[in-house]
Parts: sequence; structure tokens; C-alpha cells
Amino acid sequence: MNSVRADDRDPVPAARAPTPAPTDAEGRLSLAWRALAAVEDPEIPALGIVDLGLIRFVTLEPDGTLEVGLSPTYVGCPATEVIRRSVEHALRNAGAGAFVVTQVLSPAWTSDWITPDGRRKLESYGIVPPERPAASMRDILRRARPVGCPRCRSADTECISEFGSTPCKALHRCRACLEPFEYFKCI
Amino acid sequence: MNALAPAVRGQESNTDAQALFRYVLRLGDLSLVLGQRLGEWVGHSPALEEDLGLANVALDLVGQARLLLTYAGEVEGRGRGEDEIAFLREHGEYLNAILAEQPNGDFGQTIVRQVLIDAFQLELYQRMTGSADERLAAIAAKSVKEVLYHLRYSSGWLVRLGDGTEESHARVQSALDALWPYTVELFAEDELDRTMADRGVAPRLSDVQAAWLRRIDEILAEATLRRPTDRAHSWHGKRGQHSEHLGYVLAEMQHLQRSYPGARW
Repeated sequence: MNSVRADDRDPVPAARAPTPAPTDAEGRLSLAWRALAAVEDPEIPALGIVDLGLIRFVTLEPDGTLEVGLSPTYVGCPATEVIRRSVEHALRNAGAGAFVVTQVLSPAWTSDWITPDGRRKLESYGIVPPERPAASMRDILRRARPVGCPRCRSADTECISEFGSTPCKALHRCRACLEPFEYFKCI
Repeated sequence: MNALAPAVRGQESNTDAQALFRYVLRLGDLSLVLGQRLGEWVGHSPALEEDLGLANVALDLVGQARLLLTYAGEVEGRGRGEDEIAFLREHGEYLNAILAEQPNGDFGQTIVRQVLIDAFQLELYQRMTGSADERLAAIAAKSVKEVLYHLRYSSGWLVRLGDGTEESHARVQSALDALWPYTVELFAEDELDRTMADRGVAPRLSDVQAAWLRRIDEILAEATLRRPTDRAHSWHGKRGQHSEHLGYVLAEMQHLQRSYPGARW
């Protein structure tokens, strides 16, 4: 086993003891998934991109290239570019071998794919996870019902902005405890 | 066998690609120009929440435009990427309906323009998710979800302003009167729109218009606003004939790439 200091974030592979990279298909796939699981969302560091359901597939092409399917949450989200670079960085660092990252648009990413673990992490970060399945989105035009406050659980809340610090979130305020909070919109 | 057949077929598919290229530009330019207009609000909105709201809608629109212009470049097959298409085309090569380039005016006018285009994109993209062109179907399916939030935002404001004070009502009604004539162009079906509908690439604009009108009427009723009457239009942004406003939008948007060609950061 290599011992790696907790604060050892140096991305330069040469600084590490050489780890023989797995060459069998299964080993490479699981190595890739482990590397991807450690990639955090740049806007919500508590959350991994795997938790968000952004990794659509990891496959091994006949020529030995790993193909990683990555979906954007919102097409204009600036984090998309950062995430892509982080994914490439993580795969290179893990010694995953030749790989290609493909943008997957269809079927479009939905907040339904946030894993149960991801929802828990969102909540503990103070962001209310999507309350409804995306299929019910059609009626968002009829004004939403209030979102429960993540701190005091009161249902007496109001939406103060449809868009928060990122496109995926709306800004709400609790009328009971008066705290503002963010809500991860269903999409 | 006709010896000319392959050449003719080649030419035909070339014409097909040319038509698709122009059609995708219409969609992409509408999003790009509107996104650029909304970006002008950053730092100037009536409240921080609206600054965030308009900027986020702008980001989505520019995101859609990137997907569409990238695709247009591939269809064209001359090696142009999204940046070259966005930053190095002239006024007359932009194919957005001219509603998108109309000035922001006050917040109410921006909101009126937004409602009109959001509802258009919603009805258009919703039908385009079944497009025979897989790439457009995928872009539409992705975009339609975002557009739903745009319309929720813009229509929520239109209702508040229309059904608000005497002043806010008068302002959005006059913005609606001023902008309404430009909506005619969105639905004016020309040969390119017809070709795309015939090929199953795009929905019929008459279907889009009927659904759009129902939605707009609902919002206007709630906002206590009066729908202006249609008038004949004489502008053709979709064919590259624009108002003077687009020049100012492009001058600002393209300045950097024109002054420092190929600049990256």
C-alpha cells in the first residue's frame, strides 16, 4: 500500500510511488469509477458529480480507450467546463489509460438522477433537494407550492428568486425562522 | 443510368445541408442575440435577485446557442466552430427574428420581450423533441426544460407588473403594443420553414403559433393586459435583414475577437 498524506493534493504523478495500473477491463472500469466518484461539483463541493448523476456511462472501447459519458446539468452552466476538466484530470491522475470524455445530451439530464446519497449530502449542505419528480415539471408554470425550510422544517416559506447562485437553484426564505435557503430545482 | 445522377445527388445533399445550416442558425441566433441582450442587464437590474435571474436566463440561452452554432458549423462542413460563427459573422449573416434584438428598454419591456420569446421557444422545442434530426431533437429536449423555468420567471413578472400599479400596468402594456408586431415574424412561414417541416426536422409554425397564442392569452389575462391586434410585417431578420439595433449588439459582442483575432482566455 502507498501511504499518501491527507494533505497530499499534488497532482503530479511523478511525485507518487508508482502504482501498477490495472490492465484488465474490469480493473480499469472500477478504477475509473473510483476516480470519478472523487470529483466534486465545483459549485457544491459537498457533492460529487457521480452523486449528481452526471456520469452516464463508463465503457471500454475495443481499442482499449475508456469512454466516459458526461451530461451537463444546464447547457449554459459555467461549471460544465470545469467539471469536464476535473474529470479528465482525475482520470489521468488515476492512471486510467487512454480515455475520451463524450458529452451526452440525450436523454437530457434530470434531477431525478441525483442519488439518494447525493440528496442527503445536498440537505446536510443546507440545500433542499428537488422535492418532486421532473415529470411533474409541467405544472411549475402554475406557481409552485412552498418548499419546506431545511433548518426549522416550517412550510411557511416564500421564493425570493427563481435563480440563485447557480442556474440549478432557486432562492427561498423561511418566514418562520427568517433564514434564506437554496432549493435545487427539479428539472 | 444517368451519368449525371451522382453529381446531382451530391448537389442535392449539399443544398439540403445548406438549408439545415440556415435553419439551425435561425434557432441559434435567436438564443444568442437574446442572451446577449439580457447580459446587458448585469449590474443594472432593479434588484440583485433580478440581476441573478436575468443573468441565469442569459447563460442558458448562450448555452443553447453554443450547442446550436456548433452543430451549424458541423452541418456546414467548412470547419467553422461556434466561436467563429458567433464572433466573425456580419450583420446580414445573422438569421434571428428581429424581436430578439430589440432594445431592453425598461425592465417591463425586457420582460415583455422575454415572455413572447420564452413561450415561442417552449412550444417550438417541445415539438422539436420529436424531430427527424436526432441532434436537434436532443438539443430541444435539453433546452425545453430550461425554457420552462425562463417562462415561469418572465410570466411571473409580467403578471406582477401588468396587475400591479397603474404605472407598471401602463408601461408593460405600451411595451407589449410596441413589441407585438415583431412576433408576426416568428410565425411567418417561408420556404425554409416549410422545407424543414416537410422533412420532419421542425414543427409546422402554424401549430407552434396556435399553442403559443393560447399560452400568451392565458398569461395576458392574468396580467390584465390587452392583446394588440396583428399587423402586416415588413422585416425579415430570419433572412438576414435586420434593424439597426443588431449592429450595436454585434459591435459589443464581437469587439474582442475582431480586435484580437483568435484571443483566448
